[in-house]
Order: sequence, then structure tokens, then C-alpha cells
Amino acid sequence: MLEWRRRSEPSRAMLYLSPLIAIALTMLTGMLVFTAIGYDGFHAVQAIFVTPLVEPQRWADLGVKAAPLVMIALGLAIGFRANVWNIGAEGQYVMGAIAGTGVALLTHDMTGWWILPAMALAGILGGAAWAAIPAFLKVRLQVSEILTSLMLSYVAVQFLYYLVRGPWKDPGGFNFPQTKMFSADQVLPAMAEGSLVHLGIPVALLLALAAWFVMGKTVSGFAIRVVGRAPAAARHGGFDAGRVTWVALLASGGLAGLAGLFEAAGPFGQLTPQFPVGYGFTAIIVAFLGRLSPIGIVFGGLVLAVTYVGGEIAQSTVRLPQAATGMFQAMLLFFLLATDVLVRWRLAFRRNPAKVAP
Amino acid sequence: MTSVILVSIFMTLAAAATPILLAGLGELVTEKAGVLNLGVEGMMLCGAVTGFAVAYSSGSVTLGVVAAAFAGFLAAMIFALLTLGLGSNQVATGLALTIFGIGISSLFGAGYVGRTIQRLGPLFPADYAAHPWLRLVFGHDALVYLSLLLVAAVSLFLRRSRMGLILRAVGENADSAHAIGYRVLAIRAAATGFGGALAGLGGAYFSLALTPMWADRLTAGRGWIALALVVFAAWKPGRLLLGAYLFGAVATFELQAKAAGISWIAPEVLAMTPYLATIVVLTMMSLGTRTGGRNAPACLGKPFPAP
Repeated sequence: MLEWRRRSEPSRAMLYLSPLIAIALTMLTGMLVFTAIGYDGFHAVQAIFVTPLVEPQRWADLGVKAAPLVMIALGLAIGFRANVWNIGAEGQYVMGAIAGTGVALLTHDMTGWWILPAMALAGILGGAAWAAIPAFLKVRLQVSEILTSLMLSYVAVQFLYYLVRGPWKDPGGFNFPQTKMFSADQVLPAMAEGSLVHLGIPVALLLALAAWFVMGKTVSGFAIRVVGRAPAAARHGGFDAGRVTWVALLASGGLAGLAGLFEAAGPFGQLTPQFPVGYGFTAIIVAFLGRLSPIGIVFGGLVLAVTYVGGEIAQSTVRLPQAATGMFQAMLLFFLLATDVLVRWRLAFRRNPAKVAP
Repeated sequence: MTSVILVSIFMTLAAAATPILLAGLGELVTEKAGVLNLGVEGMMLCGAVTGFAVAYSSGSVTLGVVAAAFAGFLAAMIFALLTLGLGSNQVATGLALTIFGIGISSLFGAGYVGRTIQRLGPLFPADYAAHPWLRLVFGHDALVYLSLLLVAAVSLFLRRSRMGLILRAVGENADSAHAIGYRVLAIRAAATGFGGALAGLGGAYFSLALTPMWADRLTAGRGWIALALVVFAAWKPGRLLLGAYLFGAVATFELQAKAAGISWIAPEVLAMTPYLATIVVLTMMSLGTRTGGRNAPACLGKPFPAP
């Protein structure tokens, strides 16, 4: 008989292995479930998890999809480590894009190298400002940031709809609900002629390195981790939980805002009602898949980007509906949370069957 | 004439209040046992799609309602298995459940988009409600009455019954409850399952009663509003009822303003009102108590046994 035994200390090997086990279990379950409901399960899983990695022409698209996920998840992970649950990154992402687009519309007739940095700054500020509302309510009034940040993402999306259907509608856009296309000085430069790969991808990698340095090597990073893991000890050590809440929410809001602006100034080149695609929610999965560590998040972002790109492939090859991608992503998070148990517990053969596990 | 309009406004209000009342009541019981299940939105969507699919293929709305409750229960059991069985983080698992519910409902709902069913009608025959004012008493569908009965039942259960006392003890101090010999995890799993079944019913109210037509993500964040409602209610069923009907009033205002064609408020601004109102109400609740304690069960969201 098998039984659970508590490990004397958390297993480092399992810390890194369990995400891989979770991915394998997701592929296996996905294959069975989608076969059971009448799809070609094997080829669906192959298209979603393998094809994007083995076909070099997909790699640019992987980078484009991974970049916003990584940027948002880096910020979220800071908060999650400090027990600050910002789940409204989608709203901060949208507000960042809106603020940056505001600058773009104001400078539409101008030229200059400074326009794009100004838009990026506005994006960061827009996202951070939107996250400042739950931060203020949490620190001053103890209102749960979980609920307020999420409510605000619904508000942000409606605000976007209002702008693109109303005041920001392109007068020359045949009455479509969309803003003007950004000018040449307002779009992210491609990393190579004619390539999809834009500036956002190296920026996301640099930000991951910066986050790794801040979280691992500085006192502020230490404070954030202590507040999350041992609030009482943090109070003793003079770390202010309120300040950590502010830092976590402003950082994650700012990063989500920047990601939103990059998406608007990159793949979209304008704002449309189709702009919010749920990256803010998917980034939660990325943060957990990456074990809340900046370097892990880069890999986590890549895995989720693979499922997005692969999901599109599976739509055309095995007629899998688009919603299947979301199912795979949710299953991945479930299995990840489930396999987490292996970090603290291990399965062992029961030596004495009469004894019951503690 | 005015009375007809007033009655019809109140009927809309009750219909808007019922789904979040059901889901909120379920979550209240779950949280009273010390479990924070943030997956309400996901469980509602599971119930909504299952209820619709069963009602569509069987032709029976009643069967759809029962299936929806069962689907919500099953979704809650995934949550219970992960958080109670494997000790995973409750916040993260609840979020996963919501993402899962969105995915599964849009996957299985894809084939039903735009299909319609015979909606859940009034419980009593039409001649009971011949007079407009009598419609207020006899004109509702079965789930409205069920939700009101459940409020009374849950209130009595929590305050007056022995099982209710045990459930509250598990939520207030799991270690002591365990020491006296109560099976903390089993009680928490049962409370989670009850919460899931009611969330499933709340979801089915959208697809079977409010709009008898399938649309993707038709609950539009009401699961999160139900979670906020539990905080507003300070974990008391009576106040939950009040809160749900107040919310119903806000939602009805949104609908009436849209129908009346008020042009100086953009429709998008009207669509924001439920979410903004929720934030305002949560803030006012905090201002009211100052301590921030707000009557939450002491062990809410804390794993047992402690890691």
C-alpha cells in the first residue's frame, strides 16, 4: 500500500519537477477528455503543445504572445509572494493601453523619437494609477484587493468600449468602433525587417532579469518575501506591510500597463473592442507555473504562449474550438496546484499496514 | 397604470437579485466553515451551461435546474479535492476554478450559442396573479421562492441547529473543533459542496430564467459580486437577502435607464454601475466598522492542518 509521508524539508527537486509533471498530466488528460467528446485528442494535444515548438516559423509569434504574459506575471508574482492578490491585471493592462493611446492621439501629427517613450511612460502610469485604487482601499480601509481589483477590470473594459465607440472613434474609420492607426513614430520598432518580433520581447526579458535582481538581492525584495511568508516576523523586523502592499500593487499595475501599451503599439497598432483578450488572467497561471520566480516566469510565459499559438493551430487542423485553449490552461493550473503537494509530501510504500498516516 | 409599472419593476428587481442571492448564500455557508472559494463565477458558469444543455436536450427546465446544481457541486468538489485533500492555496485554486468554468462553459456552450429554450415560468398558474399586486406574491418562478426559503433555512441552520454550530466552530477554530473530535475536512468539504450546488443554481438562473438563450460568459462577473455580497452581509443570511435585493435595484436601474433610452449617460457607463456600486459598498462597509474585522470567520481561507 502507498501512503503520504511529510518530508522533513521541502524538496527542491520537486519544486522544479512538479511543473513538468503538471504539463505532462495536462497533455494526458486533455488527450483523453477531447477524445471522449469526439475530437482527435492526440493530434489536438500535439498541435497545442508540440507543433509551435518544432516549427521555426511559429517562434516569432510565441515571443509576441509570451512578452505581455511575462511582463504581467512578473508584477503579479511580487504581490502573490507578499500575499497581495491583485487579480485585476486585465484592467490595469487595458488602462495602460488607454493612457498610452491617449498620448498617441495627442501626438498624432507630430514626429520624434520621444513619442514612443512618452506613450510607454503613460502606459506605466495608467496601469499603476488603476492599481493604486485597490492599494489605497486595502491599506487605508482594509477592503479586499481581490474583489476591488477584479471589479475595476470590468470597469476598465467598459471604459475602453466607451472610448472606441465614442470620443476616440476614428472619424475616417467607416464608423467602426476603433481609434486611428498609430503613426510610424508610435508603433514599436520590429527587431528585424518585416518581422513580428518587436521591442517588447527583449524588454520583457530585461524586466525579468531586473525583477530577479530586486527580489533576490535587495532588501526591498527580502521585505516583500518576509511580509508574505511570516507577517508577524515582518512586523518585528520593522517591515511595513502597508508599504509592501503599495509597492506590490503599483509595480504589478505599472508592468501590466506597460504590457498593455506594448500590445496596443505592437500587434494592434490601435485600440479596438477586441483588445482585451484575457492576458491579465492568463498571467496568473504564468506566475504560478513559474513558481513566482522571475526566471521561472519566463519559461511559464513561454509555455502559455505555446498553448495560445497551438490553440490557433488546433482550430484549423483538428477543428478544436477556441475555448479549448482556456480549458487546457485551466487544467494546467489545477494540476500544478495538485502536484504542489509533492514538494512537501512524498509517496512511500506503507511498511506497517495497521498504522494510519498522520 | 403606475402600479403595473411599479410591480413590473419589482419583478425585474427580484429576478436580478435571485442569482446572486443563491450564489452568495452558498458561498456564505462555505465561508462559515472556514473555506474561501473564489471560484463562484466558475461554478456559476458550469451550472449555467449544464442547465442549458440538459434543458435543451431533454425539454425539461426542471431537469436542467437539477443538473445545474449537480454541476456546481462537482466543480466545488474539484476545489475541495485540491484545497482540502492536497492542501493547495485556496485563493489560487479558486481563481483556477473560475478560469476553468469560463473555459468549460464556452467550450460546451459553443454549440448552443443563439439557441433558445422554453424559459422557467411562474410557479403558480396565471389566474392566481390576475391582479397586478398579486403578481408580487404569486408571479415569480420557482427559484425565486426557493432562494427565499433557503435564506430562512440557512439562517435557522446556522443559528439554531447543532450541525450549524459545529460548522461555525470549524470555521472559527478548526484546531479546537478537531480536538473535540469533529471531522474538520469532511465538514468543510460538505459546506463547499453546498456552496457549489447553490452557485450552480445561481448560474442556471441566467441561462434558464433571465435569458433563455445561451451566450458566452453570460454571468458577466456576478459570481464576484456574490462574493462581495457575503462581505457586505457580514456573513449573516438576513443581510445577504437585503444586499442582494439592493443590488437587484441597481441592476434594474441600469436596465430601466437603458430601456428608457436615456441618452446623456453612455450605455457603457451604465454597464459599469454594478461593479462601481460594489466597490463603493465594500468601502462603506469598511468605513462603518473601522476595525476591518467585519465579522469574518476566524479561520477563513486558512488551511487545515496548518502547513
